[in-house]
Amino acid sequence: MKTTPYDKLENIQDALAKCMKCGNCMAVCPVYLTEKEEGAYARGKLSIAEAILKGELDLKDEDVHEKLFNCLVCTSCMQNCPCGVDVSKIMLSLRAALVRETGLHPIKKIIFGALKNQPLFDKAMKAGAAFQWMGLRKLPGNAGYEPRFTMGLSIKRIFPGLAATPFRDQAPELIKAENRKMKVSFFTGCAFNYIFPDVAWDVVDVLKENDVEIAIPKEQQCCGIAVFAHGDLESARELARQNIDVMEKTGADYIVTACGSCGESWQHGFSELLSEDPLYGPKAEYWKSRTYDISTFLTKVIEYKNPEGFVEATVTYHDPCHLKKVMKVFTEPRTILNAIPGVTLKEMAKPDACCGSGGSYTITHLETSMAITGRKMDDIRKTGADGVITGCPGCMMQLSEGLANSGQDHVATHYISLLARSYREARKSKTEEIKHAA
Amino acid sequence: MLDTAIIKRLEDIVGCGNVLTKKADLVTYSYDATADMPSQLPDVVVMPATSAAVQKIVMLAKEKNLTIYPRGAGTNLSGGTIPLKKGIVLSFQKMDKILEVDQENLTATVQAGVIIQALNDAVAPYGLIYPPDPGTVTTATMGGSVSECAGGLRGLKYGVTKHYIMGMEVVLASGEIFRFGGKTVKNVTAYDFASLFVGSEGTLGIITEIIAKLIPPPKFRKAMLASFKRIEDAGNTVTGIIKAYVIPATLEIMDKMTIQTVENYAKVGLPTDAEAVLLIEVDGGAQQLVDSEAEAVLKVIKENNGEVKIAQSDAERDQLWAARRAALPALAQLSPTTVLEDATVPRNRITEMLVAVQKIAEKYQLKIGTFGHAGDGNLHPTILADARNKEEMERVHQAVDEIFVAALKLGGTLSGEHGIGMAKMKYLKSELGESGLNLMRRVKEALDPDYMLNPAKMVPVRGS
Ligand SMILES: Cc1cc2nc3c(=O)[nH]c(=O)nc-3n(C[C@H](O)[C@H](O)[C@H](O)COP(=O)(O)OP(=O)(O)OC[C@H]3O[C@@H](n4cnc5c(N)ncnc54)[C@H](O)[C@@H]3O)c2cc1C
Ligand code: SF4
Ligand code: SF4
Ligand code: SF4
Repeated sequence: MKTTPYDKLENIQDALAKCMKCGNCMAVCPVYLTEKEEGAYARGKLSIAEAILKGELDLKDEDVHEKLFNCLVCTSCMQNCPCGVDVSKIMLSLRAALVRETGLHPIKKIIFGALKNQPLFDKAMKAGAAFQWMGLRKLPGNAGYEPRFTMGLSIKRIFPGLAATPFRDQAPELIKAENRKMKVSFFTGCAFNYIFPDVAWDVVDVLKENDVEIAIPKEQQCCGIAVFAHGDLESARELARQNIDVMEKTGADYIVTACGSCGESWQHGFSELLSEDPLYGPKAEYWKSRTYDISTFLTKVIEYKNPEGFVEATVTYHDPCHLKKVMKVFTEPRTILNAIPGVTLKEMAKPDACCGSGGSYTITHLETSMAITGRKMDDIRKTGADGVITGCPGCMMQLSEGLANSGQDHVATHYISLLARSYREARKSKTEEIKHAA
Repeated sequence: MLDTAIIKRLEDIVGCGNVLTKKADLVTYSYDATADMPSQLPDVVVMPATSAAVQKIVMLAKEKNLTIYPRGAGTNLSGGTIPLKKGIVLSFQKMDKILEVDQENLTATVQAGVIIQALNDAVAPYGLIYPPDPGTVTTATMGGSVSECAGGLRGLKYGVTKHYIMGMEVVLASGEIFRFGGKTVKNVTAYDFASLFVGSEGTLGIITEIIAKLIPPPKFRKAMLASFKRIEDAGNTVTGIIKAYVIPATLEIMDKMTIQTVENYAKVGLPTDAEAVLLIEVDGGAQQLVDSEAEAVLKVIKENNGEVKIAQSDAERDQLWAARRAALPALAQLSPTTVLEDATVPRNRITEMLVAVQKIAEKYQLKIGTFGHAGDGNLHPTILADARNKEEMERVHQAVDEIFVAALKLGGTLSGEHGIGMAKMKYLKSELGESGLNLMRRVKEALDPDYMLNPAKMVPVRGS
């Protein structure tokens, strides 16, 4: 009998009772700041949860669904909460309960409702934003991809923005290092695999430069944060177990991620989901403390090689919610950026304000999502920087779209790509020096 | 459920996106930040953006005999926005335009829904500030804080909300729009209406616009933390500082329970063996002045056996302040229900009040941490409990009753800054007497004869 709040809604009681209704969360909730309604932010949502538990509101009520899904699960509210209320756990528990009671139906309805809007559909799909929350799975042979949310969507219509060959099909399963310092397993996540293979190569490049042996197991799956966020506990648990098995087999010392959501899954989600699993619970706990965002790995676990290659750029850095607010990684990427010769970091106002992506949120709540992104774009523009750096592929997509919409002609870049570029520049000048000398 | 014709008319006034009737929405306007209060769903939530819309809503409410509950951010601590008698919740959250910043007259004109911090952000480029800073600066609205006459951490030197309100636009219960005051420093035309509406908790009129006074911020400041082994020494330091004719911007106190909880929670280096600490900040326009004031403060602290830590840099100052700011969060972590009281005494009675609260805590076997604005004599005894425990809550209620008795006995008042609302209405008579209650009723009925505005708050509805 499972007793986590995800499995048993009554068990969120204690978490809920902690909320003292002070409203502090209002000041930072991106949805509230856009919509200015009480139901938009944590305090209101928690009161809805209380009403559900008291039987005053019905979990099956469509208006309630709308409230439960009008949340990016960005955890901004939790950073501002004096009482330590775990809003994210409460939201995900409610969604899981909803799925238990009604199946995935209401979620489909919400998403389809949004997708019926054709221009939105095209835009969302082209931006590739669509599948981040669907979590792709490759079909055998060359049959293509399918989303984990099998909702009968025609897949060929959906993913024009995908890379011709996913990263994990390009990369070998093991990249040896000559003076091997240690071995890591690179958990790529779907976004790098299917949309940004170049960035994944930059991760590999940087690790290689630092004499780290890299396992890139082909069978690794989507981290499942998306299915978890939509209340599909069983799929999320299955993905977590599969990923743990796959990573275990590599014999790596650490898991390295470059996506806030993927890192969060290993550092929090898996152990939460599997807390009552006698076999996988302890394994999840084990990897929890051995998963690092690549920036932390470079600056705190190993002494990474000083970047010496010159990269001329004035950039500003956007803190991905899950990277900063859950993984607490925010100094490391800045340390790296500041170490690169030629890079000037100009902080924007509120660098950790959510970008508005939130996985499916940008599709189901396009208007609010883009308004949130719009505020971010203003903050970016005011810095005068000519590049936006971030640390998560989800943000890269959302920011790039926002930049295009607001007429700023650059795209969002992962910090690791700047570091890789610096290393490459250094290598290039070294070869030139050698040529010169010869 | 209201008549659909009424809903339709409301939608005509503010647009359908700004009228909420779904139960899932109404639930979220049924409470405010006050612990241990009954809640009630309104019939409808209306979110106007203009004074004209507010006026039309009032006219409609009058015609249809509906009650109106004005609401800012719903962060008050006296049950002020709970729609006890249902009706309309009038939310100002979307009426949030800063209409003007006048650098020459040092004023800002804002709509009622502007967040205090947003006003500060808007005037910062002019090198100005709006000083009242309740713990909720980043959420509370100007309308709400004017209606509660909110204070904050620098009330001692810079005053509270009422000292910064120069004029208003108010929609009266009659439906008339009334403007008074303005940008003049002086104004004795007619009654002092600002005094009437500031702190009126939404019971006398609906505030739609506010003209606020701005000041240039002090250029220099010095913060320090003094710790004491005896509460009396801390109390004597507070009065001693004032007697030395130093008015610090901030003079805050935390008792032992609070110190230990904060230290446990935030590890900021507070002395956990102290009975009380004071956070003191002096400021001013010249370094010399600030230094000499700090000297005087240090002397008083020493005379009273205090140990002192002076912030040597902005970072150290921030750390001292972080300790004070952590008081409420740290205490709130300890238990699900946090009952935040607001009893206030003349500042020379602060020691007695602190001791009284500790005795009450012992008597009712409750955890009470006390912190607050010592310089203002304004303490926040914070009772930690669990609303699900009926027996414990019974003790909480008795303790609260006794805290008020103690405050009044020391020549104090029920509330320094959180207001009466519905939470403290029953204690009013013990402070104001029968004649006071009668006067309150006459004032209320003169402005709002039908008890349309925020009924059952501050003044009991006639006949109930
Ligand atoms: C954590 C915390 C810390 C706090 N710290 C402080 C503090 O340091 N100092 C302090 O003084 N208070 C403090 N408070 C109390 C509260 O923040 C203040 O009372 C605040 O000013 C309320 O503003 P609001 O916009 O939330 O008003 P609301 O709570 O929405 O409303 C307050 C009252 O004003 C009325 N009202 C609102 N808008 C209007 C309007 N436009 N016209 C007429 N009536 C209106 C309402 O009917 C209600 O009676 C604190 C509260 C919390 C939760
Ligand atoms: S998780 Fe983010 S979007 Fe959801 S309530 Fe909290 S701050 Fe708002
Ligand atoms: S900040 Fe925390 S305690 Fe305050 S209302 Fe929000 S969730 Fe509740
Ligand atoms: S969280 Fe990571 S793995 Fe999952 S969809 Fe996003 S990028 Fe892919």
